[in-house]
Amino acid sequence: MKCDKCEKQATFHITERVGEEAQWEELHLCEHCARDYLSKPSEPESQSSMASALAQHLKLGQTADELARMDRQKCPICGISFYEFRHQGRLGCPHDYVCFEKQLMPLIENIHGETLHTGKRPRRAGHDIDKQTRLIRLRRDMRDAIQAEDYERASELRDEIRSLDAEGSDEGREPLVS
Amino acid sequence: MVKLEELAGKCGEWLRGSGPHSDIVVSSRIRLARNVADFPFMRKCTGLDRASIERSLRERLGQIAGWENVSYINVNSLDETDRQFLVERQLISRELADADGSRGVLVDAGEKFAVMMNEEDHLRIQVMHSGLDLQGAWERINLLDDQIEARATYAFHERLGYLTACPTNVGTGMRVSVMLHMPALVLTRHLERVLRSLHRISLAVRGLYGEGSQAMGDFYQISNQITLGKSESELIAQVAEVAEMLIEYERKARTYLVENGLKELHDRVSRAFGVLCTAQTISSEETMSLLSSVRMGVNLGLIRDVEIPTVNKLFIHTQPAHLQKLRGSPLKTADRNIERALYLKDHLRQRPQDEHPENN
Repeated sequence: MKCDKCEKQATFHITERVGEEAQWEELHLCEHCARDYLSKPSEPESQSSMASALAQHLKLGQTADELARMDRQKCPICGISFYEFRHQGRLGCPHDYVCFEKQLMPLIENIHGETLHTGKRPRRAGHDIDKQTRLIRLRRDMRDAIQAEDYERASELRDEIRSLDAEGSDEGREPLVS
Repeated sequence: MVKLEELAGKCGEWLRGSGPHSDIVVSSRIRLARNVADFPFMRKCTGLDRASIERSLRERLGQIAGWENVSYINVNSLDETDRQFLVERQLISRELADADGSRGVLVDAGEKFAVMMNEEDHLRIQVMHSGLDLQGAWERINLLDDQIEARATYAFHERLGYLTACPTNVGTGMRVSVMLHMPALVLTRHLERVLRSLHRISLAVRGLYGEGSQAMGDFYQISNQITLGKSESELIAQVAEVAEMLIEYERKARTYLVENGLKELHDRVSRAFGVLCTAQTISSEETMSLLSSVRMGVNLGLIRDVEIPTVNKLFIHTQPAHLQKLRGSPLKTADRNIERALYLKDHLRQRPQDEHPENN
């Protein structure tokens, strides 16, 4: 068998766990590439190195049970699980910063050395985060209702979205309407 | 919609080679990552969400006073060469080029700023100035950010600042970058040591095309890594301070080369120029590396009759997608290498005396 990364004979066969459940990825590498692969903590991309920094951080002081429980936790607004974030390095919505606060704050401190923003502030934002996340959730519910062909529910949700949108239109700054 | 062919012949203002320290600093760039509050971040957006964000932001931003000369480029409708063309011009990121679904970029006529939509964040605002001019870039981008914020509600957290899809950008959402041309530090083999010291003060170093790109043509981009806990002006000051230090090192290295090996340096620069003027076929990598020597040669007065803006332009215009746009047809690698050689010849040999050729 040839090495996955070069033309040499593969002498190392590595099995990596890649998924939440029993998903495995097999790697066949020659001695040289295997040494490179094993000596690197993860791929060089910022995304995965961030995810691995996070994984490292979480492993400290957490039991396997606690970790598994953290991983299963989901954001009620966008539905992303902490596991999903941990592996892809991207959050699903602004509310994740609130609902995963316990997990994220140590990570943020690790990355930036600080946890408090001291720079620019939007002149008029920040005042109604609740309403914004409600809009995200309502839009998602409406989509689900349409998919389930529950059109009555979908039209109720649409009205609710519209009335929320209308509330925001004071000072000529309405939220984004699709 | 703007014709990319029209852009191809022109140059962004950031390439004009003016501004402080423009012999070493090509450009100063600031970008802000912003998200609108009432949509999920990109990875949880449906196709419909993406389309709504794009349409609605386009509409809103289109109303901004003073943005009459801003054009929208629908990246989703472009073929690969056209997307690559925008990446080469630094108007969009690799990530936006390679993504799927509704996405685009607003670009002003002078290419001083670009606003990407549906990249990693809903909005990526970018300003590029020629030379070392972070203050000017900040003033411009701060104003753009205010103008956009007046029309869209940003996702903002009292303690964490601007919320971004990746926690590495949270807070100011700001990346400040300075692109430096440092051929003398490379030649004197001092660069690596200098760059290593940057990691200790948590600044990132990248090549010409950002994250993961190799340093081509002796161009290096330095930027802040931290985005939270420091104000915008503190972050700018930090990057500016390091840029000034690197400028000084590069100048010292150039002086050293001139004082201790002028003949060799002159020879190297002249040969590079000779190859660029006479080659029949030439790769992009070789072009970058030779142009780098020529750029230094012009700045040290070893090559006359070539202007820095011309050299700057050639770095961009000799890249694959630009060549194909300028030529007006798709070209395979071998044909591109021939086309590139022709293009270089045309633009470098056109010296003042050539305009009145004598019979010989």
